[in-house]
Amino acid sequence: MARKAILGRTLGMTQVFDEDNRVIPVTVITAGPCPVVQVRTRERDGYEAVQLGYGKAKRATKPLAGHFARAGVEPARHLVEVDLEGDHEPGEHVSVDQFQPGERIDVTARSKGRGFAGTIRRHGFATQGESHGVHKVHRKPGAVGACATPSRVMPGKKMAGRHGNERVTMQNLEVVRVDPERNLILVKGAVPGGNGAFLTLRDAAKAPARAGGDS
Amino acid sequence: MNPTDLVDVESLRDDVPDFAVGDTVKVHVKVIEGNRSRVQTFEGICIARKGSGVRETFTVRKISFNGVGVERIFPVHAPVIDRIEVARRGHVRRAKLYYLRDRVGKAAKVPEKRESTPA
Repeated sequence: MARKAILGRTLGMTQVFDEDNRVIPVTVITAGPCPVVQVRTRERDGYEAVQLGYGKAKRATKPLAGHFARAGVEPARHLVEVDLEGDHEPGEHVSVDQFQPGERIDVTARSKGRGFAGTIRRHGFATQGESHGVHKVHRKPGAVGACATPSRVMPGKKMAGRHGNERVTMQNLEVVRVDPERNLILVKGAVPGGNGAFLTLRDAAKAPARAGGDS
Repeated sequence: MNPTDLVDVESLRDDVPDFAVGDTVKVHVKVIEGNRSRVQTFEGICIARKGSGVRETFTVRKISFNGVGVERIFPVHAPVIDRIEVARRGHVRRAKLYYLRDRVGKAAKVPEKRESTPA
């Protein structure tokens, strides 16, 4: 399977004009160049993957330092195993130039934490009326189940609780522009996490529906 | 400086004339009809300028042929704009001239800016 991947960081959002003079909202991502730290092989590890590093580690423990030294690269802050096309050797680098404008990618990151959130924010429940006799329950979830049968609340009932700060993948985002010189990649729309969030970019796992039939 | 400014620089135009709210501007807009391209002008009073950098927009209000007010919002750096011409400088005391929407005829006029006299 032809796979591409890179690690990066969100710089922020802005807008660009496309060739039809339309305004396109984009997220600017600085990604790579990522060193290949280790190559997993089917013979040795039972699966195939490439371990990429990103960022500079403030300090590395002795075992980790040795792990990076074996690949001959600086200790990285983040280590992620990805599926990468082709043969790779530890010590080489992958950069954003593997992606092309117009391509679809999946972006994985940790979403912004929202703390203890109610059902409206967390699960998209509807609010109750602001008026018409509604008293002090405007943002409450309402009933949580039936009465004597089952006389309990069903497991998995959507309720208030911790929201956000979880691993989220946005699928089929369009690559708008790639700048290999500055290691930038512009993706249409928003990505999970705030500015500065650590991102994993992969080519789209699911082939997007192609309206025009172009490849 | 924002980290995204480096990307914005490519979209910025350097041929935007100096114009302010209250000025009468002629905006020459590129119109694509099929495979033919021509330039259309939209002339009116600039009643607002919003935002900054590549996101900056301005609103132009004109009274159409049949007396209906028409407003168009353009990004200042839009490539769709061929050029902007300042036809008349207006003297205004507001940053946003939304009050013009409630006025018709002579009351909807903006006085011309006098050349600044030495104080």
